[in-house]
Parts: sequence; structure tokens; C-alpha cells
Amino acid sequence: MEESSKGQKVKEQVVNTQGLVVSVSPHIRSEETVNKIMWTVSISLSPAFVMGVYFFGYKAIWVTAMCIVGSLFSEWFVQRLAGKEIAIRDGSAFLTGLLLGLNMPVTVPFYIPLLSSFVGVAITKQLFGGLGYNIFNPALMGRAFALITWPRAMTTWAAPTLSFAALDGKTTATPLGILKEEGLARLIEVFGDKAHLYKQLLVGYRAGSLGETSVIAILIGVAFLFYFRYISWHIPVSFLSTLAIGAWVFGGKTGLFSGEPIIHLLSGGLILGAFYMATDYVTCPAVKKGQVIFGIGCGLLTLLIRLKAGYPEGVMFAILIMNCLTPLIDRSVRSKVFGAKGKKK
Amino acid sequence: MGSTEAAIRKPNSLQIVVSGIFKENAIFRMAISLCPAIAVTTGLKTGFLMGIAVVFVNAMVNVTVSLMRNVIHPRIRMPIYMLIISGWVTVADLSLAALYRDAYKQMGLYIQLIVAFASILTRAENFASKNKVVPSFFDGIGIGTGFFFALMVISFFRELLGKGTLWGIDIIHAKPLLIALLPTGGFFATGLLMGFFNWIDIRFYGGKGAGGASGH
Repeated sequence: MEESSKGQKVKEQVVNTQGLVVSVSPHIRSEETVNKIMWTVSISLSPAFVMGVYFFGYKAIWVTAMCIVGSLFSEWFVQRLAGKEIAIRDGSAFLTGLLLGLNMPVTVPFYIPLLSSFVGVAITKQLFGGLGYNIFNPALMGRAFALITWPRAMTTWAAPTLSFAALDGKTTATPLGILKEEGLARLIEVFGDKAHLYKQLLVGYRAGSLGETSVIAILIGVAFLFYFRYISWHIPVSFLSTLAIGAWVFGGKTGLFSGEPIIHLLSGGLILGAFYMATDYVTCPAVKKGQVIFGIGCGLLTLLIRLKAGYPEGVMFAILIMNCLTPLIDRSVRSKVFGAKGKKK
Repeated sequence: MGSTEAAIRKPNSLQIVVSGIFKENAIFRMAISLCPAIAVTTGLKTGFLMGIAVVFVNAMVNVTVSLMRNVIHPRIRMPIYMLIISGWVTVADLSLAALYRDAYKQMGLYIQLIVAFASILTRAENFASKNKVVPSFFDGIGIGTGFFFALMVISFFRELLGKGTLWGIDIIHAKPLLIALLPTGGFFATGLLMGFFNWIDIRFYGGKGAGGASGH
């Protein structure tokens, strides 16, 4: 977007008789380009990817590579078919593929990454008009498609192995699955004591999608993003705090205020979703106040799905539902234009 | 397709039927009556029976409206059309209920919903009320067959991908894409096939595609 506005700069300028330059906004131009942001975000995901490979073996590389290849091919294919400029080098398809790969269980057969990245990039993004016009987050849409289409394959979680030689690892339930089906006591029993449970969740030694398990690795990437100011705190903080407070109040079996907010915060795809998926520029509100509303909505929906619905994890569906509401939020928090007349009543 | 064009060129009955199937296909070109196209196309059999019912109702409604076109007062033409359509839908509904009990149970409400089909009402309004009986009959057959064709194509892909069967017979012994059976899959299939037929039209027949003329 920045590049195109730079290109049009000359045309937009109108020099009036007093010698002042009149041009349309934006007047302050930054040096950031779509290219640079996309590749930087992709690089910031590398710690999470490395930890995924470390825990789940070489097959994690394979799954992620299939997702990236599928995304790049879909982008190229649709842009070629539509006669558009082929822009697979801008990194957006690469980032979508990488995020989708990090959201896959490591045990999936090869066609799931390929088909779901096609749905994510070709249908969710390109058919709606390409980068900047999509309603839904492409990576999450690809994953939602995969989860609904192949429910068994997408919920078969490999236990972390810590070895590159593991071919057929043990499968096990995710911490959230255990929490939902068998309760907190059983979850603590599986991991030993509570302190050990927190530690393992933080490091990522647990079953789950290959890039979501290691909270520390994701937070390293997130620090990187905050340093470059690519994301603001509004969505993640409102999302996480809503979920934590809600889990503390309603999450327990023994009445109000007996839940375990830390387990809810550290497990599932929450950290990855809140920092990387919900903050997608295209599909979240543009105004800060709207972003806070967006984050709170995501938190409430995630909590509702985790505690009451059929799925143990609800981050994905919560963000997708809030993506639908983004235009409404943007419209309802639109700031007042100074000097404009109010509506006649 | 107003009466003026019909009066100038006077297309023969075959041309009217072919135009209804391809050029003015209710689902792929005009994008109307999409609700049943998604609801009943989870299997070839239900799609087939629905298509037959629509061909029948469309043709009979067009004939009736065309016969009565000089006695219907323009002010109240819509209620009259609705009465005629619901009369013929009742005939189709009761016949299917008597002849194909099991499939009828599956389709349930959707046969009765033919009353509300935009494709039938628009043909009564745009064609049958301005043309003689024979062209109106063939127009109804054409539009109905176009709808039937669309239902068959959509339900072919949805049944094959969703259940792995065709007409209830197991073909590939697997269920490759569960999502094809859900309403979401219906929208996916309809949209992709619509795009495919548009592409054929643009690529091979030099058309502008549905909606191409108005610019979006």
C-alpha cells in the first residue's frame, strides 16, 4: 500500500498560485513496506518454529514446508489466472503458510497442509480481492477448514519426543483436552505437581500444534515485534486479560473464583493467536478503542468455547467470529470529525 | 429478455430452451434461487427429484400465466402469480409424497419452498406475462432444465466429495471432504462452479461473465 501511494505522489500534488503544495493525506510517510513487515514477522516466528522442530522432530519441518509451498503456489496460481501482477515475493503468502504450518498437529498426512493452505490463500484471500481485502485471517480460515473437514486427523496430537529419530510417536491429549474431559486434578497428576505443570507449559513440553506449544519461544518473537512497533498492545492485552479474568471467575468446578487462569493462558494456541493472528492488520479494527473491543470479544468467545462448547480450544473460532464483526466495530467507534455538522434529529 | 426482443427476433423453441439452460441459467448466471441449490444438493437423488419438480412447476406456471395474461389486472398480478405457483407446487408436492416416500422425507420442506423461488416468479413476470403459450412453455422448460442441470452438477461434486458415493452407491470407499456436506461446502461448491462457468463463458464464447456488464 505504501509503495503504491509513493508512486502516485507526483500525480496527487497540486501546486497552487501561492506556491504551497496541496496533497491528499497521508502526509507523514514511513519507510515500512508490506515486504519488510511480512518478512520481519516471518523471521520473528523462527524461535517458535525451532522449538516445534525440537519437540516434534523433523516431521514438523515437512508439515510447515508443505503449508508454505501450498500457500505460495495458490497465490501464484490465482494471481496468474486473474491476470494480476504476481506478488508472491511480498511475503504475505509465505507468512500465511508459516502460520498455518505452526497451527497444524505434526501427525497430519501431506494433503491436509496443501489443501487447507489453498483454501486459506486462494479462497479466503485472493478471491476476496487479494492482500488487504480479505475479511477473515487466511491462516485461521485454512485451519478451520482442515479442522471441520478432517476432524480426526486434526485432533491427533503427538506427544513431544525430543528426538529427531522418532517416526511413530505416542499420541496423547492436549492439556486443554485433559482439563475439559477429565478435570484439573488429572491434569496436575499427568504433569507431576503444579509448579512442574506451569514450567512445562511455559517451555512447551506438551502435546499441541507444532508451533503453539512453546510460550517462551513465541514471546521472544513477540518482543521482536514490539521492538519494531509492528503490533500494539491493545488487542493482545485486552484478549489475554479478559480470558484470564474470565477463566479465574468461571473456570473452576467448585464455584466462582476458583478457576486456573494461568493454565488457560499458557495452554492451547492462545499466545500464538493473540499476538500473531488477532493482530493481523487487515482483519482487525483500525482504531485503538475498536481494537480493545475486538480483544475483549475474542477473549469472551474463547472462554465460552473452552468452557461450554464441544471443542476444547476456541481461539481460532473466536478470532474468526470477531473478524466478521470488525467492520461493525470500526463503524461504531469512528471518531468525530471536527467541524462536521451533527445529524439532524 | 423483454417482449420487444422476442418480437423482433422470434427465437424458435429450441433456442429458448438452450438459452434457459446456458445463457440465463438461474443459478450460475443469474444467481437466484441459491437457497435450494445449497439445501437439497447433498445427494444426487434429492437434487434430481428437486430438479424434476422445478422443471414441472416452472413449465406449468408459465403456461398458466401466459394463458391468463390478458385477464390478470396489472395491479394485483403478483398475488395472482403466487396463487398459480402455489397451486402447481401443491400438485408436485403431493405427487412426490405419493410416489417417492423416502426421498420426499429427506427433502422435507424444500419442495413446498418452490413457491418462493425467485427463478419461477421472475419468469412468470418477465416472460410468460408478455408471450404466447408455446414460447412460454418452452421458456419454462428451459429455465427449469437449467436449474436441474445446476443442481445435478453441484450435487454430483458434493455427494462424491462428502460421502464418497454417487446415487447412494459407494464409489471411492472413503469420505475425502466432510465439509462438502455442510452448508459451507454448498456455498464453496456453488461459488467455485459459478466461477468455472463464468470462466468458460469468457474464455471460449467471448462473454463478459455474470455481472461483468455492470462492472463488479
